[in-house]
Amino acid sequence: MMLRLVAIRLFFGLLTLWAVSVVVFAATQALPGDAALMILGRDATPERVAALRDQLNLNAPVTVQYAQWLHGVVQGDLGTSYSNRSPVTEVLNGPIGASLTLMGLAALVATPIALAVGAFSALRRDRAFDHTTSLGTLVTAAIPEFVVGILLILALGPGGLDVFPSVYSRNGGPEQWVLPVLTLAFAVAPPIVRMMRATMIEVLESEYVQQARLKGLDERTVLTRHALPNAIGPVAQVVALQLAWLAGGVVAVEFLFNFPGIGKVLMDAIENRDVPLVQAVVLLIAGVYILVNLAADVLGLAANPKVRVAR
Amino acid sequence: MSAPPTKDLAAGAARGRRGGGLFRAAWRHGRTRVGVALTGLIVLIAVVGPFVAPYTPTEFVARPFETGVDGTVFGGDNRGRDVLTRFLWGGWTLLILAGASAGLGVLAGTVVGVIAGYLRGWVDEVLMRVNDMLLAFPQLIAALLVMSIIGPRTWLIVAVIAVSHTPRVARVIREATRAVVEQDYVKAAEAIGLPRWRIMAVEILPNVTGPLLVELGLRLTYSIGVVAVLGFLGMGLQPPTADWGLMINENRQGMIVQPWAVVMPVAAIAILTIGANLITDGLSRAAIGIDRGVGR
Repeated sequence: MMLRLVAIRLFFGLLTLWAVSVVVFAATQALPGDAALMILGRDATPERVAALRDQLNLNAPVTVQYAQWLHGVVQGDLGTSYSNRSPVTEVLNGPIGASLTLMGLAALVATPIALAVGAFSALRRDRAFDHTTSLGTLVTAAIPEFVVGILLILALGPGGLDVFPSVYSRNGGPEQWVLPVLTLAFAVAPPIVRMMRATMIEVLESEYVQQARLKGLDERTVLTRHALPNAIGPVAQVVALQLAWLAGGVVAVEFLFNFPGIGKVLMDAIENRDVPLVQAVVLLIAGVYILVNLAADVLGLAANPKVRVAR
Repeated sequence: MSAPPTKDLAAGAARGRRGGGLFRAAWRHGRTRVGVALTGLIVLIAVVGPFVAPYTPTEFVARPFETGVDGTVFGGDNRGRDVLTRFLWGGWTLLILAGASAGLGVLAGTVVGVIAGYLRGWVDEVLMRVNDMLLAFPQLIAALLVMSIIGPRTWLIVAVIAVSHTPRVARVIREATRAVVEQDYVKAAEAIGLPRWRIMAVEILPNVTGPLLVELGLRLTYSIGVVAVLGFLGMGLQPPTADWGLMINENRQGMIVQPWAVVMPVAAIAILTIGANLITDGLSRAAIGIDRGVGR
């Protein structure tokens, strides 16, 4: 049962990924201009352009071109960047690591704090702490992430308290990571807080928690052994969804802080009309997004005893 | 972000809480009123702004990033245009683009959701599968891809955001519809042989207004964010348009010497989105019907 459901999800995940690849490829086909001309530059001789067109198979039918492109993508060959004439995979190597580190740090900062705040809100239900948190998450959830970033720069960057630099630079110290990480953490946290709170309230009202209390267990044991383990399932799903969101959310934040990750690569590539690079980054982000969503789905299934135990 | 649980919304819909009553119920929450006040303030600035602006948005009145110029309140922007004027002019585009994309997205999502939820069977299956695929594309990335290929056009901004909203709305409305379909009045309408489109339009649609309004508020909040972020990335409205998102992009280099040109649009966007989200929260509390112990 469980395995079958996971297999179905996996199938549709792959199907979606394939659909995304078609969309990305089709979108670039709609682009005016000749790939060979873009690679060689404006002053290339017609013979050279014709030769490269042949080499790139640009005269072949679209479907053949797509098949070739997909074949390359599957093997990790994403083509050649127009702007600096090197393989896309090489261009993306550093930025991917930087972005993953940024996202990882944001998740590491945001998740435990969000879980703690959410759980504490549930315990302090309807008291001052709960009300403040509720309003706070509502406010931070509403504001677009780049606005959060600018507000943080205004408060903590130069012009404000001047504790952290507002722009990433190659030879800067670790303190330049603080504001980008904080911005993403603020963007990711609110739904986690809300879900944790709602789930904890539900769990605390459940009969097994009441039973545990009636048994005379002390509150700490009730919480750690009976309440929290049962709250983890649905919350884990939201955490995974938020991580998926991060894959797209980094773009504006990296652009704002001039952070050398895939988001900045994407914006530069769009600026230079560097199609293979745009294709690669979009595919990469969509791929991560789909995979993490899939993981969230599977987590949700695994956390549901009805699904897990049924045969 | 603060999407209420679909199941609860559906339950609320099934109990038949409709438009006017919903607003009255939402108004009882203090935060709804705060939200209306905040949103109203920004809408007022955006609508009245162009009429009271001291200059035209493209007039040069100062040196780039110069402050304390005679005849200006907040100085000049990156090219020496009046910051106050550009701020007053820059809101209505955001409001119209966000409103249009949210409206269209919710409209399309509602049609898809009601049809899928009522007809069920293979129609439902196909619609929801397509839905899932659309959902797999991160909103902003989809918008950036299209903008980068075709180029930033106004209608395209609206279309892309609306399309990215559609599957999200459809999912919620489908759930709500499925709860309504179980009700006796729908069965009665079917029994007297009303055509299916009539049942969907007259019997079902009015009874999913609760989740519909909540979705509208939620999508409006997101739309404002996406339109603003596209402008900020330089992929939305193009210069020399006065637009809050674009204004932030143009002036962030001079943020330290001339903070006003960034602070004002940033504050406006923040207040607008907070206001919209507060109203949405009020509506969703009213639509769910039960107060989940979060107080007023």
